[in-house]
Amino acid sequence: MAEVDELSKPMFAGLSDVSISGDIPVEGEINVPVGTPSHDDEYSTLDEPVKDTILRDLKAVGKKFVHVMYPKKSSTLLRDWDLWGPLLLCVTLALMLQGGSVDSKEDGGPQFAEVFVIIWFGSVIITLNSKLLGGTISFFQSLCVLGYCIMPLTVAMVVCRLVLLGGSGMVSFIVRLIVVTASFSWSTFASTAFLADSQPSNRKALVVYPVFLFYFVIGWMILTFSPSA
Amino acid sequence: MASPDDLKFQEFDEATDLLLADPGASTLSMSGSSRTAPAGATGDIKLDMSDDEGQEESSELLRGEKQTSGFWTFEYYQSFFNVDTMQVLDRVKGSVMPLPGRNFIKHTLQSSPDLYGPFWICVTLVFSLAISGNLSTLLNSLRSPHYHYRPQFHRVTIAAVVIFLYAWLVPLGVWGFLTWRQREERQQSGYSFLETVCVYGYSLFIYIPTSVLWILPFEWLRWLLILVAMVISGSVLVLTFWPVVRDDTKVTAFATVATIVVLHALLSIGCKMYFFQTATRTPVPTLAPNHTAAILTNKTH
Repeated sequence: MAEVDELSKPMFAGLSDVSISGDIPVEGEINVPVGTPSHDDEYSTLDEPVKDTILRDLKAVGKKFVHVMYPKKSSTLLRDWDLWGPLLLCVTLALMLQGGSVDSKEDGGPQFAEVFVIIWFGSVIITLNSKLLGGTISFFQSLCVLGYCIMPLTVAMVVCRLVLLGGSGMVSFIVRLIVVTASFSWSTFASTAFLADSQPSNRKALVVYPVFLFYFVIGWMILTFSPSA
Repeated sequence: MASPDDLKFQEFDEATDLLLADPGASTLSMSGSSRTAPAGATGDIKLDMSDDEGQEESSELLRGEKQTSGFWTFEYYQSFFNVDTMQVLDRVKGSVMPLPGRNFIKHTLQSSPDLYGPFWICVTLVFSLAISGNLSTLLNSLRSPHYHYRPQFHRVTIAAVVIFLYAWLVPLGVWGFLTWRQREERQQSGYSFLETVCVYGYSLFIYIPTSVLWILPFEWLRWLLILVAMVISGSVLVLTFWPVVRDDTKVTAFATVATIVVLHALLSIGCKMYFFQTATRTPVPTLAPNHTAAILTNKTH
């Protein structure tokens, strides 16, 4: 026992001199409990009523809509990305663009599948383009931003349909042109505010141009929508 | 008694030293002495492989060689998009202003082709053709009182197929032919496939403003625009490919250059005739599908 004490004393004495310098990398995570400890509902969302689950997701989607309408430099859209909002907007837009020119397949407006493909394929291609140019935004974050920024154009589509109810002459065309141009610039500006920060500064224009083209094509589809006679 | 313990201790030391040197390296789970979970190890191993490839790639670049990462990695495709805004604008300017003696590939591209320009120029051209064609049909038909506007969205699909086929198959054919001749005749090095695609892509840029100007319903203006665009983009292509074929036999050289020019002309004339129909016929909507079918059959003859 005495021997063990003699052996252990120098070891413990040496240990008291040990100090960890700052530049030795230490692996592992440090979890600091933040906020209230009552996060039991995180683990028991199975027990809550379905209405709560749906409302929580709808509230998250609604909050992001507000962020798109007032594009400030907040990172909520990027941090908590989801694809519900873009899906909702895309389906609404495609359904509303569908109602025209049902008399002949040829020479008509875009079909539902064409609008869907253009929006999703276009978003994927723009995301790939920005990643290939060296962007730091992730794939789904970029899809989320591009999808949510279609919202001004969807609002413009609703307005155009209402205007078309009142007739389709020159005045209604000019009104529609102004509305679509304003919402297209709003969409481009909002998505650029989120996307351009993730690019090196000498390539920003290379990333913004495809976004501009994308919303221009969608705006064109909205502007040229004509209901069946 | 102490030796197996000593060996175990040294292994652990080596591992920590290695980890200090390269924190991103994977750690294999050996019997009992490791801290990483097996599932994490497989994930780390995957990351490690791509890291190694990245390190290999950067060290080879330092040695001055071209990258050799496989075509299944993301970095391979990233190397084709290594351009800045000013570089793209310079290349577009070089394609619009061909000067004799200025080989587009050697001078403007400086043998570092990119895929950004060709791809987005083709996409823009597709949409500008479809939209301008639609606008010109609208202008033609404003005179008829019973006209009901039609968006003609199927033209986008047709334009996309035509332009992308031209921008990828024709360079493939030209490159294949030139490489075959070069191997046969043992001439100077030709161009790589990517450089050929790049030249063709940038040469299509002049058609974007041309297609917008084609909206104006003057037939003489449209043909004049075709002539100007053909001269500019055709000379870009000729100036690029002439130095490679001129060492060949006269017949082959002239035939190659003539084929390039003729294909380019066919593209522009075909686009003009399909998307921008003349105002001489009375635009009745029910006749429109038959007329476009007639134009298509005329083209195939």
